[in-house]
Parts: sequence; C-alpha cells; structure tokens
Amino acid sequence: MPAESEEIWRYSGIDDFELARFAPVGTGGAPATRSGSLLDALASARATADRIGPRSLLVVTLDGSVVAIEAGAGAVEGLSVSVASPTLAGAPDQAATSPGSLLDAGEWVEEALGSVAGVDDAFGALHDTFLADVVALHLVSGADVADPVVVAHLVDPAPVGGLGPSAFPRTVVRLGAGARGTVVELTVSWPGDGMSAGEGSAPGALVVPVTELDVADGAYLAYANVQVLDLASTQIALQASRVARDGELRSFAVVAGGRYARLRTDAAAVGTGAHSALLAAFLGVEDQVLDFRTRQEHIAAHTTSELLFKGAVADTARSVYSGLIQIRPGARKTSAVQTNHNLVLSEGARADSVPNLDIEENDVRCSHASTVGPVDEEQRYYLESRGIEPPVAERLVVAGFFADLAARCPVPGVGRWLQEIAGERLTASRLVGSGADRG
Amino acid sequence: MSAAGGGPRLVVRDLRAAVAGREVLAGIDLEVGAGEIHALMGPNGSGKSTLSNVLMGKPGYEVLGGSVTLDGVDLLALPTWQRARHGLFLASQYPVEVPGVGLDQTLGAALSGLGRPALAPGDLTAEAARVGLGVALLERAVNVDLSGGERKRSETLQLAVLRPSVAVLDELDSGLDVDGLRAVARRVRQAVDEWGLSVLAITHYRRLLTELPPDAIHVLVGGRIVRSGGPELSEELERTGYGPDTPVPLSETG
Repeated sequence: MPAESEEIWRYSGIDDFELARFAPVGTGGAPATRSGSLLDALASARATADRIGPRSLLVVTLDGSVVAIEAGAGAVEGLSVSVASPTLAGAPDQAATSPGSLLDAGEWVEEALGSVAGVDDAFGALHDTFLADVVALHLVSGADVADPVVVAHLVDPAPVGGLGPSAFPRTVVRLGAGARGTVVELTVSWPGDGMSAGEGSAPGALVVPVTELDVADGAYLAYANVQVLDLASTQIALQASRVARDGELRSFAVVAGGRYARLRTDAAAVGTGAHSALLAAFLGVEDQVLDFRTRQEHIAAHTTSELLFKGAVADTARSVYSGLIQIRPGARKTSAVQTNHNLVLSEGARADSVPNLDIEENDVRCSHASTVGPVDEEQRYYLESRGIEPPVAERLVVAGFFADLAARCPVPGVGRWLQEIAGERLTASRLVGSGADRG
Repeated sequence: MSAAGGGPRLVVRDLRAAVAGREVLAGIDLEVGAGEIHALMGPNGSGKSTLSNVLMGKPGYEVLGGSVTLDGVDLLALPTWQRARHGLFLASQYPVEVPGVGLDQTLGAALSGLGRPALAPGDLTAEAARVGLGVALLERAVNVDLSGGERKRSETLQLAVLRPSVAVLDELDSGLDVDGLRAVARRVRQAVDEWGLSVLAITHYRRLLTELPPDAIHVLVGGRIVRSGGPELSEELERTGYGPDTPVPLSETG
C-alpha cells in the first residue's frame, strides 16, 4: 500500500485506508445480483443515463461485470463494443459477432489493454488482479457518432461477508484516425437513493475504476465521467488518455460521491498538434475527502493542454488538488495551462492546492493558477445590493461558479446534470449557511 | 410613492465614515426629496464613491457617526440587502462580474425578494431596448465580458426593473459614449416621472447633467459638502474649478 509520506498521496489520508475491510465480489459465470433483480438494475441504469439525453448505446456493468449492452436511438455506424474478461480467459472473449452487430471480436483489446494506463502503483495492480470485464469501445477511422455512448457502472454497496464489496470497472476507448465521438461514464451506487450516506455502519464499497482513452490522429473525443456514489464509498479512479497528432480530447469529470474519492487524471500529448482540455467539478459535503491528482504530459512539439478543476467543500469536507505539468525534451512550442479554483464554504472545510511544473524544454508556455477561499465577497455584495438576502446570494454565486464550468462541458447533458447536483446540494443548504445571518 | 408627510425622502446627517482607518467622510449633510435629482460633484478623492458605498453598506467601510434615513427608516442599522428592499439602489461605478449568474436570474431573485411578480420576458426585453442593451445579454452572466458602456446600460436596466425609490448613480456616465449616455439618462428621467424616483448622481462631467438636469448640485471636497446650489452652479464650476484648494478645472478631472 502507498503511504501518505509519498508526495502523490500527500493529504490523502491513505494511511487510514485498510484494504482488509474490503472483499472482492465473486464474479465469473453468469452475471448475478446480490440486491434486487437484474431488471431493476437495468431500469435504474437507464433512468440514470436518461439524465444525459439521447444516447447511441448503453453499456451497464454491475460490480465491474457487464450485464447489459443495448442500442439507443442514435446511429452507431462505425462503433463497436466488445467485452473482454482477461483474467478469466487469459485472452479476450470471442464475443459473438454477426454482420451489422455492435459486438466485435475484440482482438484489438488485448493489445490495447494497459497501453494507455500503465500499472505503476498498488491500486493499479489490485485493479488488474481483480478486474472482471473490460468494456472496450472502438470508433473506426472516420466514424462520427453524434449521440453519447454511455457506460453505467453500478456498484452494489451490500456487504460481502461483513466486508465492503469491491469493484474494478475497466473501460477502454479507442478512436481511429479522424473519428469523432462522445463517451460518458457514470459510477453510481445501486440500489440506493442518490448520494445518501447509506447504511449507518455499513463498510461501504471500494471502487477502483480504470479508464483508457486513446485518441488517434485527427480524432476528436468528448468524454465525461460522473461519479455519484453513496457517501460511504471509497473510490480510487484512474483516467488516462493519449492524444495523437492533431487529435483532440475534451474531458469533463463530475465528482460528487464517496467518503474518500480520488481521481487521477493522466493526459499525454504524444503527437504534434494534439490538444487536451481537462475539466472537472467537485462538491464535497459532510466528511467527504475528494482528492485529485493530474498530470499533463507533453511529449510531442506544438501540443496544448488546458486544465480547469473547480470545486467547493462545505461542512468538514476536504479537497486536495495536486497537479503536474510535465514537458518532455523535444516538446517545443507547447502550451500548458493548469487552473484550480476552490470554494471553502464553512470553517470546518478545507482545500489544499498544490501545482507543480517539470519543464525539460525551453521554448514553451506554461502557467498555473489556483485559488482557495470563501465565496467572493464583491460578487455576493453586488447581488445583496439588489435586495437578494445573503443565503440566496451565496447560493447564486456558488451555483454560478459551477454553471460557468458546466457551460464549457463537452457533453451538454452532463453540464445540466452538474448544475442539478449543485442545485440539489445547495437547496439542502449544507453547502451554504455560514452567511445566512451575516449582516 | 411620495415620502411620508411630503418631507425629504433621503436624509443624511453629519455622516462620518472611514476606510482602512482613515476618515474619508467628515460630516455629510444632504436631503433629497421625492422625485428630485441631485448631483454630487467634486475632485478625485473627495469621498464621492465612499459616500455611495457607505449608503449601500459595502463591507470595509466604517461608519464613525451620523445618520442616514430613507422615508424615516434608519438605513445604517440595516444590512445591504434590506437597504435595497427599503428602496435604495446603487448603480455601481465599476459593476462587478458575477460568473455563471445570469442577469435575468439576478433580477428574478431580486424581484422575488421584493415580493413582486416575475417580469414577463417581453417586459424585460422592452426594458433592455429602452436602454439599448442587447437582448442576448439578458441571459448572459451579470457583467461578464461586458464593455464598460454595456455595464452601465445593464445597471440602468436593473434600476428600471427594480423600481427603487432612491437611486445613487456612481459615475453612471463613465464608460458610455454619447448615445449610451443619452439613453441611460433618458431612462432615469423617465423613472423620475413614472414613479417619482429620487436621484443622487455622482459625476465629474456636465455632460450627464445636460441630459439629466438636476434640481440641486452639491460640491464635495475633503469629505464635506462645501457648496450647494441650483443648476447654475455647474457652469460656474466649469469656469472656476472646485475652489482654491483644488484648482484643477472641472473639464480636466476624471
């Protein structure tokens, strides 16, 4: 296990993490549910995915095993999906294929698996050991799939032998040259009622997802990830991407759930002219710890990356942002921006922001900026001067803080969802309140 | 909407205030009646903007003494939002950007706080047209990416929608071109006619006063009102400046 004394785990609270509190969920063979029926699970996944709007495809996993693949209303020409179970078979399943089928034989998956996200820590090794199914999505060269492909990961929080269940979802997305598409991943507790704390003394689930995004020459991928696990869960997620020549990735993460939720974002620009936009929003309440580690790695010349992570913490919640811009030798004329803004909405809450630069090339433009603080007093005063009472003014400013980011979401449905999540949490008034009786 | 008993609506008595421990207002006396337009002029640093901020209750300004009443209500005892609900409006010199919060959303929340019905979309666009503000800007975030002139048009639109009883206009003319100045000044004049708005207009320039003819002009120097007079005072100030201590001609200040 890693230790908090390691820089990349600083502030994480990892020293309190006990792997022995969790148990793998038995997989292999036919998908089975431990709570409720499979039909209920599918209905729940559909309802959750519906929040995003029309989709071209829905893939549903339960505790990391694929339980359903169903086509949506949109066109899917040039899109294929395969399900591989590498630890069970040692090689990808030979998924049944037929002409016109969405399912492909998945021969490419074995080669692709791990090619973007290398295993370099204990959780990566744990993931590779226990992962059940790989959801592999392939957009062939030149394909253009307008509606999002949605991958919904359901995690059943019911204990396994008194221990917390664990799930290891794996998603591999590969875009061929010039392909255009949108992929949305959702991680949600099921059964459950949104982001409640779950059963009082339940150990909570451990979720260790790995997502690999491989964007070929001239391809464009819009990717969004929404994590709304219950507040007893632990998530340790890795999202790794590689963008080739003149390719573009626009990614957007929403992190709202989990008692401890870590998202590591590794973005590599490997081809000349590659561009990555990496956006994330997070909202922490109660005793949540939300932990973000980002790396913008520029390997090729004339590459650009733009990172913007914005979040708010209330109650006794904490957030950690630690980001690294890494410019490799030869990555001349690159431009990298790293921005992290944190709203700290109560005295017991805390946000730490640690930017880092590692530049091994001269002719580059890099910048980083971060802010940590309460709601902007000038903004709140301006609204109050219009007769808006302080709690409402504060809610508007905080909602605006997220609306501003949501407007830049590459998947409009996810942007709207973010605003709904922010609105729900603001209405529950846990995010604000300190300003309620302020003069 | 006339003031109770017909007396002055906004009454400022011996108002003294400090910013960062330094006394900036050294005893202001001012009365503005219902439907009256008063201009407040004076050299840079004389305390004009401080007065507007103290009236609205901006954090960071310390009241050392004196009183301010609006229709008999002690404003200084109230937080900013309640001052606004009692009918005070400030058109800010530098309207702040509020990212992600729409102008229509802001006005909706403000009207709701006043217990007034939401404006019909048509009414809002009609008001926008009266001050020459692009309709597209209504749904945009407040003041974000707006030019100086657009911000002043937006401030005026907000005034028109919220229908305050007293409006403090802190250099409403700055950042506006001639057409913009004419449009916002006309809208304020109409507000005076429509609901008896009282106006305290802070300005450096006669240009605004040509478009918005004042009933009275006050000259603020060193935190005190040193002269008050009728409209004719602005011509004299144009010639002589603010006085021996401040020899800068009015047309060169700014």
